[in-house]
Amino acid sequence: MRRFEYLRPLDRARAVDLAANPEVKLLGGGTNLIDLMKIGVETPEILVDTTRLGLDEIESRVDGSLRIGASVRNTDVASDRRVRARFPVLSAAVLAGASGQLRNMATVGGNLLQRTRCAYFQDVTKACNKRKPGSGCPAQTGANRELAILGGSEHCIATHPSDMAVALRALDASVLVETEKGAQTIPLADFYRLPGDRPDIETNLPYGALIVAIDVPAPVDGARSSYMKVRDRASFGFALASVAGVLRVADGRVAHVALALGGVAPLPWRARIAEAHLMGAPADPDHFHAAIDAELQAAQPRPENAFKVTLARRMVVRVLTELVGRGEVGVAPS
Amino acid sequence: MTRTTTTTRTTPAIGAAMTRIEGPDKVRGSATYAYEYPLDAVAYCCAVGSTIAHGRVRSTSADAIRQIPGVLEVLSHANAPRLAISDGSELAVLQSDRVAYRRQIVAAVVAESFEIATEAAGALEIEYDVEPFAVELKSDDPDLYRPDKVNPGFPTDTEAGDVDGALRSAAHVVDHTYRTPAYHNNPMEPHASIAVWEGDDLTVFDSNQGASPVRARLAELFGLPTGSVRVVSEHVGGGFGAKGLPRPVVVLAAMAARVVDRPVKIAVTREQMFAFVGYRTPTIQRVQLGADAGGRITAIAHDVIEQTSTIEEFAEQTAVATRMMYAGASRRTTHRLRRLDVPTPGWMRAPGECPGMFALESAVDELAIATRLDPIELRLRNDPPTDPETGAPFTSRNLEACLREGARLFGWSQRHAEPRARRDGRWLVGTGVAASTYPARARASKATAWARPDGSFDVELCAADIGTGARTALTQIAADALGAEPRRVRLGLGDTNFSEAPLAGGSMGTSSWGWAVTRACEGLRARLAAANGSVPVAGLAVEVDTKDEIERRAQRPAHAFGAQFAEVRVDEDTGEIRVARLLGVFAAGRIVNPMTARSQLIGGMTMGISMALLEASLLDREYGDYLNHDLAQYEIATCADVPMVEAHWIDERDDFVNPMGAKGVGEIGIVGTAAAIANATYNATGVRVRDLPIRLEKLIG
Repeated sequence: MRRFEYLRPLDRARAVDLAANPEVKLLGGGTNLIDLMKIGVETPEILVDTTRLGLDEIESRVDGSLRIGASVRNTDVASDRRVRARFPVLSAAVLAGASGQLRNMATVGGNLLQRTRCAYFQDVTKACNKRKPGSGCPAQTGANRELAILGGSEHCIATHPSDMAVALRALDASVLVETEKGAQTIPLADFYRLPGDRPDIETNLPYGALIVAIDVPAPVDGARSSYMKVRDRASFGFALASVAGVLRVADGRVAHVALALGGVAPLPWRARIAEAHLMGAPADPDHFHAAIDAELQAAQPRPENAFKVTLARRMVVRVLTELVGRGEVGVAPS
Repeated sequence: MTRTTTTTRTTPAIGAAMTRIEGPDKVRGSATYAYEYPLDAVAYCCAVGSTIAHGRVRSTSADAIRQIPGVLEVLSHANAPRLAISDGSELAVLQSDRVAYRRQIVAAVVAESFEIATEAAGALEIEYDVEPFAVELKSDDPDLYRPDKVNPGFPTDTEAGDVDGALRSAAHVVDHTYRTPAYHNNPMEPHASIAVWEGDDLTVFDSNQGASPVRARLAELFGLPTGSVRVVSEHVGGGFGAKGLPRPVVVLAAMAARVVDRPVKIAVTREQMFAFVGYRTPTIQRVQLGADAGGRITAIAHDVIEQTSTIEEFAEQTAVATRMMYAGASRRTTHRLRRLDVPTPGWMRAPGECPGMFALESAVDELAIATRLDPIELRLRNDPPTDPETGAPFTSRNLEACLREGARLFGWSQRHAEPRARRDGRWLVGTGVAASTYPARARASKATAWARPDGSFDVELCAADIGTGARTALTQIAADALGAEPRRVRLGLGDTNFSEAPLAGGSMGTSSWGWAVTRACEGLRARLAAANGSVPVAGLAVEVDTKDEIERRAQRPAHAFGAQFAEVRVDEDTGEIRVARLLGVFAAGRIVNPMTARSQLIGGMTMGISMALLEASLLDREYGDYLNHDLAQYEIATCADVPMVEAHWIDERDDFVNPMGAKGVGEIGIVGTAAAIANATYNATGVRVRDLPIRLEKLIG
């Protein structure tokens, strides 16, 4: 572990000022960045702690949206009454991630920016295009059970590890950032990048940006939502696949649907093709099957993760079927 | 002079659920572990692992690293002190430029602080001459060979009767290949050492399962009389076999301390726990069982393929339990090894029995299905009255009682023999059973018992309490042998200044140490009686060595037995698999302490859940090492994966195995667990998984 300087500014202007320094890494709860520093994947000169900037409130806004401060702890998001009542998919997704201790530390801003758990990325003695551009991607032919079936490239098939971001993607959330040039709102749809030939660049965050908050728009009237996650063990594991679903049915037909998949792509994957198939279609398992099959046409499974295609298909059908069938919203236990 | 009396108490201490003596110290954080001894002027050592799997170290940037402020020395094969051995052992640390596996120690940095040592180690550049490597175990490898023996000294192969002929004529045959991956032990406390030289006297604070063997090996390596080396290991945070023998780090600590002439501390990182401190070999096991129409086994063949390193040989005794589990006129077991460019495998909880009984007890379940017999009934029909190999009677064999009592407690009679017959909503529910076994052995040990003028006793031997509760169990044994209350007995262990004792391994600790403690206390009691209870100010001591007694006794097959029952639930859509219930019944002789024994048994069973469903060290074929090397990537069961684990035992006392009548309980808990879960998974789903771990893609494929 390299020596580093630690700064803890107490106002946003100072934090934004510091963030313009290329040697600076912004620190949230430290549940991922500190680990990466210990294993030499991250070697910042200066750590700027962003948890004392007054960004730790969840605010209800008049338009029915919620503004979640960037340093709100994951536990506080999951247990917030407004989140639980209006965005159960978000509460469930956060609770499906990590462990209680980690959720107590982790911030929502940091959660968005956590790095892949691809084993090659986390081992500095091995090649990884994300960590060291141009060095290669041993995962293509190596250990790829946990890795992407959608959106990968020949340069990288890492998966994004966040559960929370999958729910936010289904909820059409956006990210508020500040730079020296001012404030900016980035829809989550434009926030993450696919790896292409630059897997080291993971987001479209402008240079020197400080994440200030996440805006979650008002829930769709009459829609239900849920989150389902499948992992190897019952707790404290990253998703092999996860599904965030938001659904409103009117007269037996899909009137609104949002589907996002986790654990299968380099970013929280919005299943737009499936959604297009579903809008206006009868809300039954056959149509759910056909819709997700259309989405997964593009899947490029590797030898060890072909099962994710079957898994994702079955999970989407189950989430949608349960959203149709149940009066209440909830989470499929995993 | 004062008088000390010993009387026979009416309530024996053995059998009482006594809480751990050192528990409060551990909870308060005042129990001192190896790395924590406060020493002045201590320096820190960080080991550097090879980034190639096979070849030679050509050069290092040690000169540049030595210029970093705070760096005291950089060690490599070029400048490390010479040991008494130069190769043939993982302990020949930095003795040659050869690289035998990826992550092998090829250099080390000693510095003023842990942080400087770690940073400098990361900056050290090493040039290699790279050679091709082979790291993957394959069943058709032409370089498989037959070792001379398997761990610790069993015959490599055994054969009786005409196995192939018996299989041809059998009414029912099962013939399948089972696979287990490599596993890494990963005790909570990684290996750690502090080495201190005073002239030619070496003191080492070390985390191990046996300070006496560590002392002997260090003395040999550094060319010292044994009496010049002291090893202190008062508290140890687990080992599971990985600390059974000295590891390279304790040698490196002593070497580094010699070079910088200061005390040196070294702690293995979690990442390094997957590199050079041992692991369980992967196995490929073909099991063939033949049975007559009545389900009586006529032929058993168990052929094992496993790996070792190019440095030294370790041959796991995977098929050895098969030699005594079931009868059958024709029997064969074989072990074949492949020397690969990998670290040397070693002991991990129940070496041999653990992977071997996964295969055998899965195959027995498959035979039950083939013969349409209940798997318990099949086992009862094949429970041999005497040892199949020698014909000698077992000292005790209560497998039948374990199966019957387990079936009763578990509610086995409610079971549906047909797979996929039970469901609960989307969950398929199934149950399975497997047998457990583990040898009941003892090694010679010394022990000293002291009577003190104040009426208290000190019982001292270099035993190891690696978190098992050995200190407490030995106190109970001593108290009964002395006829004293346990609170009057102080038990000293984990220090080579005490009487020499064997390591904690092979579930022999309580048996070996307890035997010596019993004899020392009996001897002291006799001396006290002869002296009419008078104790001089300096105390009265008796030291014993059980070597003669143990060597003289008759050899008989002695084993603990058990039966494990699992209920699993499998999500029909996703293949997610969860263990709903796990219940074990064991016949392990007299239980010295039901509280700590239960912890050992359910700990082993829980580790068995991990083995069944989660654990696997992933081979990196491109780089040649194990890819997952932290506890986020190498998954073990969380609390949520272990909803209900019960360990019971039947009333058994085996006075042949030792004076306490107790068999070991440290390892048997993990034997058979994975098979019980795999068998239950088949019952739930109709899918037979023969390669561990049982992951969801194998069920929804």
